[in-house]
Amino acid sequence: MGEERSRRHWYWLLLVPLLGLLVPPIYNDVDPTLIGIPFFYWYQLAWVPISVAVTAVVYVKTRGL
Amino acid sequence: MPIAAVNGLELAILIALFVFVTVVGFAAAHWRRAASLEDIDEWGLGGRKFGGWVTWFLLGGDLYTAYTFVAVPALVFGLGAIGFFAVPYTVILYPLVLLAAIRIWSVAHRHGMVTPADFVRARHGSSTLALAIALTGIVATMPYIALQLVGIEAVVKTVGLTGDLPIIFAFAVLAAYTYQSGLRAPALIAFVKDTLIYIVVFVAIIAIPIQLGGFDAIFGAAEQKFAATKDVPNDGILLGDSAALGYSSLAFGSALALFLYPHTMTGLLAARSRNTIKRNMMALPAYSLVLGLLALLGYMAIAAGVQPIGDDPNTIVPVLYDKQFPDWFAGIAFGAIAIGALVPAAIMAIAASNLFARNVYKEYLKRDATREQEARVARLTSLVVKAGALLVVLSLDPQFSIDLQLIGGVIILQTLPPIVLGLWRTMVHRWALLAGWAVGLISGLWMLYDTPNPTTGHEHFGGAQYALSKLPGFGDTEVTVYTGIIALAANLIVVVVGSFVLKALKVPAGEDTTQPEDYESDWGEPGVEPLPATPDQEPTPKPEPVGR
Repeated sequence: MGEERSRRHWYWLLLVPLLGLLVPPIYNDVDPTLIGIPFFYWYQLAWVPISVAVTAVVYVKTRGL
Repeated sequence: MPIAAVNGLELAILIALFVFVTVVGFAAAHWRRAASLEDIDEWGLGGRKFGGWVTWFLLGGDLYTAYTFVAVPALVFGLGAIGFFAVPYTVILYPLVLLAAIRIWSVAHRHGMVTPADFVRARHGSSTLALAIALTGIVATMPYIALQLVGIEAVVKTVGLTGDLPIIFAFAVLAAYTYQSGLRAPALIAFVKDTLIYIVVFVAIIAIPIQLGGFDAIFGAAEQKFAATKDVPNDGILLGDSAALGYSSLAFGSALALFLYPHTMTGLLAARSRNTIKRNMMALPAYSLVLGLLALLGYMAIAAGVQPIGDDPNTIVPVLYDKQFPDWFAGIAFGAIAIGALVPAAIMAIAASNLFARNVYKEYLKRDATREQEARVARLTSLVVKAGALLVVLSLDPQFSIDLQLIGGVIILQTLPPIVLGLWRTMVHRWALLAGWAVGLISGLWMLYDTPNPTTGHEHFGGAQYALSKLPGFGDTEVTVYTGIIALAANLIVVVVGSFVLKALKVPAGEDTTQPEDYESDWGEPGVEPLPATPDQEPTPKPEPVGR
């Protein structure tokens, strides 16, 4: 039971994408651009793979919970 | 651009794709065939046994609607950075709702629940509260179905067809195979829809920047356009100084709202197991990437000098494809958008029909209704729902559907407390939840009514951003917040304070017929039906429905 409870802590990781995306002042900028795309756009798109990675870790660590 | 004549090749491809998915839709009735479709679990939830892939296509086809695919680039085309909220919205959605999604899946399977209102009924012991949640769901979903027609309309206009007949015909066919096959039809058609969408978006995102001279040129053209429109206050390729809170609260609120929409719940409950859902929460952001790239098409349309047909900004994506690509490829893109409208429209109609059959018909009209009768009522309701959506679009100004959908998002958010607080078994009182829901609805509607739109000159329902300066205690500020979030805050305050008061007054709480372990049960465990090991294996005839 204790082991199950500590595995549940992995769920906290799910907050990471929210922190990265819900504070626009972090990324409301043109520079640095990436192949001509302003930071504002590629930063937010970059969170797609990051969020997938985070959820994947949570999935593996909480399997069967 | 002149759209006097019908483009024959584009139209032929569009029709061919439409005929193909129609055949698929009718054939779906035989897919993973159950003993009988005369059961609401079979018609309305596809037998509750979709695995990872099917769920991925189904939820992807369900959540990323044709309207989203035309309206988000249109918003970027018109206002710039603000339209990109669709990306944070659909990225945070999955980590945000993962835990709630698996908990509602478990409790729904243990108790044979079909709709979110079924859960509210069992958890809070109040059929009145369940009715409030069910009606909110139906009212919020109807304009969303109507808006899917706007997506088809944009395509039809670009091909050069006029009149209402193409849309009436498309919806009649859609209604027929949804009636026939239930959730299996959109699940199977979603494979076609999503494959086409992925192809046309990835080709466009690589080919168009090359044609237009790179992203530098594209963003340069956009910057120039926004600099020239002095009368539009909030446009630009970056957010304005006071727009940050509006942007993030809209993304956050929209993500919560999308989870609460009945059609999302239908897609989730049709999954086979908790792990199917978790794996999907991991894989669904692939669609968010597509949506983000599509949003950038709004800028490409600016750089390519696209002019919307009539005054309808929703036509910019079809026109862009028409302009930049050969007819055969544009035809495929149009097919993708049109089919993209049919899938969510079908799932939404099924979700609304399930709500009516379970929470209005069975609860109030015919208490001893059998599962067969529920299924029959749900199927008939789906026809009524489609006819209603069609009537709304044909008889009213399209702007009216858009206003209604704006309202839909705000009011569906007000169903959050009974569902989410219920899932974590918080000790909230049923009457406090009902009062909170009413306060959230009324304050939300009032704020929407009280929002003018300076760009279009509308005095009311001018958007879902409410000026904080209008609320007491915030002083003079230009900051706006997503209306749904403000209404939800009012709702939650009433729920918490009301629960304390009602408890102190010893007003009897509703009976909770769920158990703590119900929220963590997985398939194969007692009370949750064992399912066939492989998809092709014929499922055994259904035993008596689980639960009570």
